[in-house]
Amino acid sequence: MIPQPVSKDPVYDAAALRRDFPILATRVNGKPLVYLDNAASAQKPAPVIDAVEKFVTREYANVHRGVHFLSSAATEAYESARDRVRRFLNAAHHDEIVFTRGGTEAINMVASSWLAPRIQPGDEIVLSVMEHHSNIVPWHFLRERQGAVLKWVDVSGYGELDPGDIARALSPRTKLVAITHMSNVLGTETNLREIVRLAHSKGVAVLADGCQAAVHAQVDVQELDVDFYAITGHKLYGPTGIGALYGKRDHLKAMRPWLGGGEMIREVTQESITYADPPMRFEAGTPPIIQAVGLAAALDYIDTVGRERISLHEHALTAAATRKLKELNGIRIIGEAPAKGPIISFEATGIHPHDLATILDSEGVAVRGGHHCAQPLMRRFDVMGTARASFALYNTAEEVDALIHAVVQARRVFDNG
Amino acid sequence: MPWCRRAGYLTMDDSLRELYQEVILDHSRHPRHFGALAAHTNMAEGHNPLCGDRVKIFMQIDSAGRIQDVSFDGRGCAISVASASLMTQLLKGRTVAEAERLMGGFLALVKGEDTTDLEPSDREHLQVMAGVSAFPMRVKCATLAWHAMKAALEHKGGAKTE
Ligand SMILES: Cc1ncc(COP(=O)(O)O)c(C=O)c1O
Repeated sequence: MIPQPVSKDPVYDAAALRRDFPILATRVNGKPLVYLDNAASAQKPAPVIDAVEKFVTREYANVHRGVHFLSSAATEAYESARDRVRRFLNAAHHDEIVFTRGGTEAINMVASSWLAPRIQPGDEIVLSVMEHHSNIVPWHFLRERQGAVLKWVDVSGYGELDPGDIARALSPRTKLVAITHMSNVLGTETNLREIVRLAHSKGVAVLADGCQAAVHAQVDVQELDVDFYAITGHKLYGPTGIGALYGKRDHLKAMRPWLGGGEMIREVTQESITYADPPMRFEAGTPPIIQAVGLAAALDYIDTVGRERISLHEHALTAAATRKLKELNGIRIIGEAPAKGPIISFEATGIHPHDLATILDSEGVAVRGGHHCAQPLMRRFDVMGTARASFALYNTAEEVDALIHAVVQARRVFDNG
Repeated sequence: MPWCRRAGYLTMDDSLRELYQEVILDHSRHPRHFGALAAHTNMAEGHNPLCGDRVKIFMQIDSAGRIQDVSFDGRGCAISVASASLMTQLLKGRTVAEAERLMGGFLALVKGEDTTDLEPSDREHLQVMAGVSAFPMRVKCATLAWHAMKAALEHKGGAKTE
């Protein structure tokens, strides 16, 4: 576990934290914004905005290229951002962190640079039905192009994933387990440590999609012993256009390049080419330098507030919202795993999720309605889509009440019409 | 911009009430001409990949190019189902050219544009959908069935609104 900064103030003051997020003062349709679409993307605190501004006004230049003052300052900032991500995930080595454009790119990189050269027709990839499309489509590519076989592991009616089911899906042909660490729809937190243990006992590597879990749970890649771990910056209160892939050093060393271009080579001649070592091998072209600096500030912010305290606060909101939603008529919550992050998918009988989201929006409440890039899961639960409320460190108990009030309004519109 | 127009003369609550007025909710709960037409000459499916809504339009068109019968099938939000239902009520007995003109008028209506192309009786029938214009994110829902209808007229297999 990662040591938490000790807080002087034992009371979690969400109202004070909100003041760090300028956008939360927005009014929508004459009502205060109640932003509950955090699983799609989180809002940005002033320290992130300020860090970006300070960097572009004082230290910005391209990285790894120049010998001049600014280039050196920018390179220093970029590499210390990499180290910030390393500490956030508790990776052992600096060179195990590859910057990407986001979680999607991190997963695609593993599919195309690590797994693709290892796939023979009939080789298997194990994944769960609750994966986000970004942890499905790259494996479908390998099915279409190289004859890989996708082996789907189901979840229970409550959305729990039994690691034993993963173990039973493994065969001598399994080349990878690609699994979410937290479902963006059900909120389910998977027992990644156990999944990794079971997979490793059969010699199978594990890629975890940590795009949601990294925001809400404690992540220690060494303790998890996971082979690859993908995160995305914009859900972590950081900028868009930045994410990271953690990969064990030996895996990254054995991995072929991703994009080709500047910075990822050691030497290029007319006849041949040699590649740079990881992580540079996977960062062709000018990387998202400004975004990396913003991400580092976001991770600082999270750790200053304290990951454990954030998680306790978010859990309390989730528990209250779940209880209050269940007290309403005609509301079904989809996903009630005991280990669950602050993400609530629900259905209102007779109300399509888009109609629900429109009515909630008229009350200033921003939720997501639809399939949440998880169509196999929608089919599994036989729904066209769900409404999803997801909480962040700045949400409050009053906002839970605003959500409930808005859902009651929606029921009223549809029931009495 | 539709948003500005909304702010100009309607509050959000008014807009919402207009969007989900009784006629719309009634059509969404009890859609007219619902279910596949066993005998049809034309059929197409509309799909909105964003929300997963699907609607199939079936038409029986005679050799003179007149729509003898029409129906729809599918799942969707209140706006898309009501829109399909209202559409099927108008199409019977129309020629292909008339159906296309009607579609043009409907698109204008839900985008808050000029609807002088619509026959007064058609405009009166469709007027309940005008509230959609205050919700730009929902225009696609309202037009899904119409695009599928157009694809069916052209004998195409599917239509998409994204
Ligand atoms: C579970 C999960 N995986 C992957 C992604 C993809 O992240 P991004 O769109 O930032 O690449 C998301 C978010 O969209 C997600 O929720």
